[in-house]
Amino acid sequence: MVKKKIKLRDVILSILAAGVFCALLAYYQYDTGTSHSYAISILERSAIYAVVAVSMNLLNGFTGLFSLGQAGFMAIGAYTTGILTIPVNMRQSVYYMNGIAPWLENLHLPMIPALLLGGLFAAAAAALVGIPVLRLKSDYLAIATLGFAEIIRALLAAPMMNTITNGSFGLNNIPGFQNIFQPMAIAAVCIVLMILLINSSYGRAFKAIREDDIAAEAMGINLFRHKELAFVISSFFTGVGGGMLAIFMRSIDTKTFQVTLTYNILLIVVLGGIGSVTGSIIGSLLINGSQEWLRFLDEPTTVPVLSSLFKPGFRMVIYSILLMVVVLFWRRGIMGTNEFTWDGLFGLFRRKKKTKKAGGEA
Amino acid sequence: MADNVLKVEHVTMQFGGVVAVNDLSMEVNKGEIVALIGPNGAGKTTAFNVITGVYAPTNGRVSFNGVPMIENHPQGKMKKNYLGEDPEGYPAKIVKTPDQITKLGIARTFQNIRLFKSLTVFDNVLIARHMRSKANVFSATFKVNAMEEKENREKTMELLKLVGLESSANEISSSLPYGKQRRLEIARALATQPTLLLLDEPAAGMNPQETDELSEFILQIKNQFDLTVLVIEHHMDLVMQISDRIYVLDFGKLIAQGTPEVIQNDPHVISAYLGVQDDE
Amino acid sequence: MSASTLAQHFLTGISLGGAYALIAIGYTMVYGILRLINFAHGDLFMMSGYFMIFAMASFPWFIALPVTLIGTVILGVVIEKAAYAPLRSAPRMSIMISAIGVSYLLQNLATYLFTALPKTYPEISFLKKIYKFGDLSASLVTLITPVLTIVLVFLLMQLIGHTKLGMAMRAVSKDTEASRLMGIKVNTTISMTFVIGSLLAGVGSVLYFTDRMTVYPYSGSLPGLKCFVAAVLGGIGSIPGAVIGGFLIGIVETLMVAFGYSTFSDAFTFLLLIIILLVRPTGLFGEAATDKV
Repeated sequence: MVKKKIKLRDVILSILAAGVFCALLAYYQYDTGTSHSYAISILERSAIYAVVAVSMNLLNGFTGLFSLGQAGFMAIGAYTTGILTIPVNMRQSVYYMNGIAPWLENLHLPMIPALLLGGLFAAAAAALVGIPVLRLKSDYLAIATLGFAEIIRALLAAPMMNTITNGSFGLNNIPGFQNIFQPMAIAAVCIVLMILLINSSYGRAFKAIREDDIAAEAMGINLFRHKELAFVISSFFTGVGGGMLAIFMRSIDTKTFQVTLTYNILLIVVLGGIGSVTGSIIGSLLINGSQEWLRFLDEPTTVPVLSSLFKPGFRMVIYSILLMVVVLFWRRGIMGTNEFTWDGLFGLFRRKKKTKKAGGEA
Repeated sequence: MADNVLKVEHVTMQFGGVVAVNDLSMEVNKGEIVALIGPNGAGKTTAFNVITGVYAPTNGRVSFNGVPMIENHPQGKMKKNYLGEDPEGYPAKIVKTPDQITKLGIARTFQNIRLFKSLTVFDNVLIARHMRSKANVFSATFKVNAMEEKENREKTMELLKLVGLESSANEISSSLPYGKQRRLEIARALATQPTLLLLDEPAAGMNPQETDELSEFILQIKNQFDLTVLVIEHHMDLVMQISDRIYVLDFGKLIAQGTPEVIQNDPHVISAYLGVQDDE
Repeated sequence: MSASTLAQHFLTGISLGGAYALIAIGYTMVYGILRLINFAHGDLFMMSGYFMIFAMASFPWFIALPVTLIGTVILGVVIEKAAYAPLRSAPRMSIMISAIGVSYLLQNLATYLFTALPKTYPEISFLKKIYKFGDLSASLVTLITPVLTIVLVFLLMQLIGHTKLGMAMRAVSKDTEASRLMGIKVNTTISMTFVIGSLLAGVGSVLYFTDRMTVYPYSGSLPGLKCFVAAVLGGIGSIPGAVIGGFLIGIVETLMVAFGYSTFSDAFTFLLLIIILLVRPTGLFGEAATDKV
């Protein structure tokens, strides 16, 4: 689009909103009177899923590559981060069944370098995987990436990896985030980087490939190079997201990274709008928030009609129906391919007022 | 022949049993406007697709500025058919991909308009500048190339002005009327900074007045950008008005070539093509 | 490993392969006609397992069996009508997401209705009867599976090759729009494809779970993906291809488990998929895919 002048009002509003959000975080973090662990965990989880959802969107929504390998790349990031951040003195107890590989015994990294390395490993794996699979078209690509995610999972759980990944026992004692600001800041940096990429000339080339690959190629865009680039970058951030998930959960095993995890992220992307970064962020907040808000669906109730409905698993049924409803009747999702703007928000209010007025007069 | 911008030699394109292009040879010289005409299904677009690397030909060679960029020949017994030259000096297969060919300086438009539909008019043209950008993914992400980006935006706006679409810059390209979409495709092709422009039925669906304007426009951009143009077209007015030379294809085979006057009086062409045209 | 043990594993592999083949046909037919990987097909197969559990709880097996099959067919057609038919003209990504959504829904629904704990699959006693051949022993179901698979496939090939419905299926898979113009009822044809695919998945489910003995909400997802791989291996769209693919994957998987590589048996299937897609995307029988359905 032709560059628009950035409005002063929008800058002020954005700074204000960021300030309010930070204040809220600070309140949750430092208010010791009541326990905010619920809210904190929702926000942290949302931030982590938002990173992965935006990176999935970068592929599926912006480049038009339907990849379902997210869980696998998250697993790589999570294991890398987990293994490297478990405190050295805890390692014997974590690996008590299989022992730990000698070269790994004293290899320890702080959180941020470990996350970066997790992302890099995921990106490297994606680079290798991408060379063969990115030649495939739509649904074949989906099933091949899904297959690779399963292969990665099998490799991590393989007996010969026992002294590195602790095999089927998984990892625990991973140090958690010290405060809520850490995951928020990391997620923000990741998402901002992806937004910058999407708005760069490479991002435009990705969109061109999504729109029409033959025309894109005729415009001199090397399809393979750009697809590979999108795949590697997306997987890097997926890996970082996986690493953050490991830190957040503090213990992981390969079961965490089953196909269902990919489907959950797909749900967020579809709900938010395929091709909208802010949509993915909103989707992540809604889905993770409702995990808690809708918990009552899984618990017994005394309300007569509902009492037979509400039992464990009902919430997930609601989610799946929600996904189907969005796919069938509301294919644009919340944001479609649009992004959040202050103008858009005010426009929404104004439109509502107008319809109210019109309704009142009628 | 140094002033051959494009040289097509013995190109044959077979799809299964169908021979879409049969032993086509043609040349386009620098600064010329050459038209490729023929009835529907004569293989014109297939020829374009071979030249731009979309299909690898079954046989033949395509050179650009004297350098072979596409070359393929059937293996085995069919070898002898190759170019009619000594089969011992059998050349290797060369297949440049469409993006490499565009980078060499050949741009094209599409018969069925292939815009980036849900993107804006401005972005459609801006994307075509990406290929010439020196920025890598990091410098582009961190806006290190801001100068280049600014220049690209200015160039894009200039091109939109040239095709008269500057006021539609922020519209979604698929919402444009048909004629404007065609012009946008030309602007997008020009943005790749070509020396050879291939236009696939640029006047399709246009009325006589629009067609006249298009003729003038093609001449204008040819001079302004120092282009060589190869055009596929059904509108004979346009073809006769702007072409220096014409090639006529029928059932994949070249049946005539020459200046507009020669073609207009060629009995083969009249029976194969122009006669039919009158009935349309 | 002695020859007889190997033969024993081989027999188990063929039996598993037969069930896979029946499910793979459903994938290959739906892909042939809609160009859609029906992600929900494996979960349909899982639901069929639950249907059998409930049917057997109230009926003798000879009633329970048809009830299960009918239930599976109804579910299959409902899925098509509700989740795929409205998206005929939608982008391919949407219909694929819809298929994933159905799969996700069926899994969650099964967890909700039947809990995540494995349920015991009812035994049809005569199917479990053990027959001995020298060193080899096999239950009747192991022996029936490959035979039944071949018979069903033969019938299906006859149906596709020699009936009006079969002709319609072939036409729709070649060109939906042209078929519509030729007066073929495209929607009915697609529904019939789902009927056949679901019916075979129902039969496959009985054979598979009789051998495995338990059903849980995710017991369809991995076998489902494997059967899709089988379909790709055989050449998507080709029914004999799907059958041979199913048998191959069943045998290879059983042998891998037998040789102690069970961790890799699933990964191997996917590795196989990726290798086929790269080396020969048309699969083993892709070239003869003129009889695509």
